[in-house]
Amino acid sequence: MKGMTLIVKTVVRIMAGVIFIYGMYIILHGHLTPGGGFAGGAVIAGSLVLLVLAFGSDKLNLKLKEKGSAIFESLALLAFITLALIGFGIGMHVFFGNYLPKGEIGELISAGTIPLYNIAIGVEVAAALFTIFLALVIFKEEVKS
Amino acid sequence: MDVLISIILVIMILGAVFALNARDLLSAVISTGLVGYSLVICFLLLKAPDLAIVQIVVETITLVIMIAVVLDSSKEELREKTLINLKGVSYINFRYVLNLLMITSFGCILFYFFFESIELMAPLGEHITRMSTAYIKMAAEKTGSANLVTGILFDFRGYDTLGEATILFTAVIGVITVLRIYGRKKDKLVNQ
Repeated sequence: MKGMTLIVKTVVRIMAGVIFIYGMYIILHGHLTPGGGFAGGAVIAGSLVLLVLAFGSDKLNLKLKEKGSAIFESLALLAFITLALIGFGIGMHVFFGNYLPKGEIGELISAGTIPLYNIAIGVEVAAALFTIFLALVIFKEEVKS
Repeated sequence: MDVLISIILVIMILGAVFALNARDLLSAVISTGLVGYSLVICFLLLKAPDLAIVQIVVETITLVIMIAVVLDSSKEELREKTLINLKGVSYINFRYVLNLLMITSFGCILFYFFFESIELMAPLGEHITRMSTAYIKMAAEKTGSANLVTGILFDFRGYDTLGEATILFTAVIGVITVLRIYGRKKDKLVNQ
């Protein structure tokens, strides 16, 4: 896959980081404003897809990046399950129990374990969508060559 | 609000019908995007901002992946595609008449049951809440989150969210298993 023109590359160089930070904001404020782990992870995956499309796959080693994102996805799902299992042993002895202290409603650090679950789900969704995109791109290049 | 949602539903049906009869693949993919983006407006009219955010982002990413990866977005390949011409086949043959009869009969049955059941249902957007009243009352106290949807999704119904994450995981495993076999065979041939 070839890269795009110089204009597209310059605009993407400015905008990709801003889109990435906006996705992190949606994930971290999931318990205060509409949004959460699923929506923020999809925004982060969109910024990574934009980088690969604009700069082309000639200078990037895509197979290495696919291996890394698959490892990230598995680790995020494992972290989600371990957080739920800690709640099984501490406090109310309930699977997915809320064992951390709940602060005041409406502040950033509140709601117990819900922000941690949001971060794990966000990383998982972003890595899953990016891995599917990379697998499709690598398959298309192998068929052409 | 009912009139607006009815107009948007008609637009969605028109976009889906146009996708079947488009000249080339690119306009078909773009007209299926019309269905997804009008669904976003439906979610906003029915007061569900969380769903609207997820729908608009996922729709954009799938459209980009379809156009950039599955299709070759060069115009030369799209020009080479020719329409399948149905010259020499008359429209009055056995299969055509049978399909028309089946479609009309099923349509009549569905419309009969729809008109029977619409008198018993609640009006649009005012569903009868049996269990969710307890959730709405206790969610802010018990979970401590200002957003009610995430409070239910990660505390009361955490087990369902675990299942949803597992579905994504198995989808990625399936895609990698199907698409990367070709490359591994080629690597073995090069090494030998």
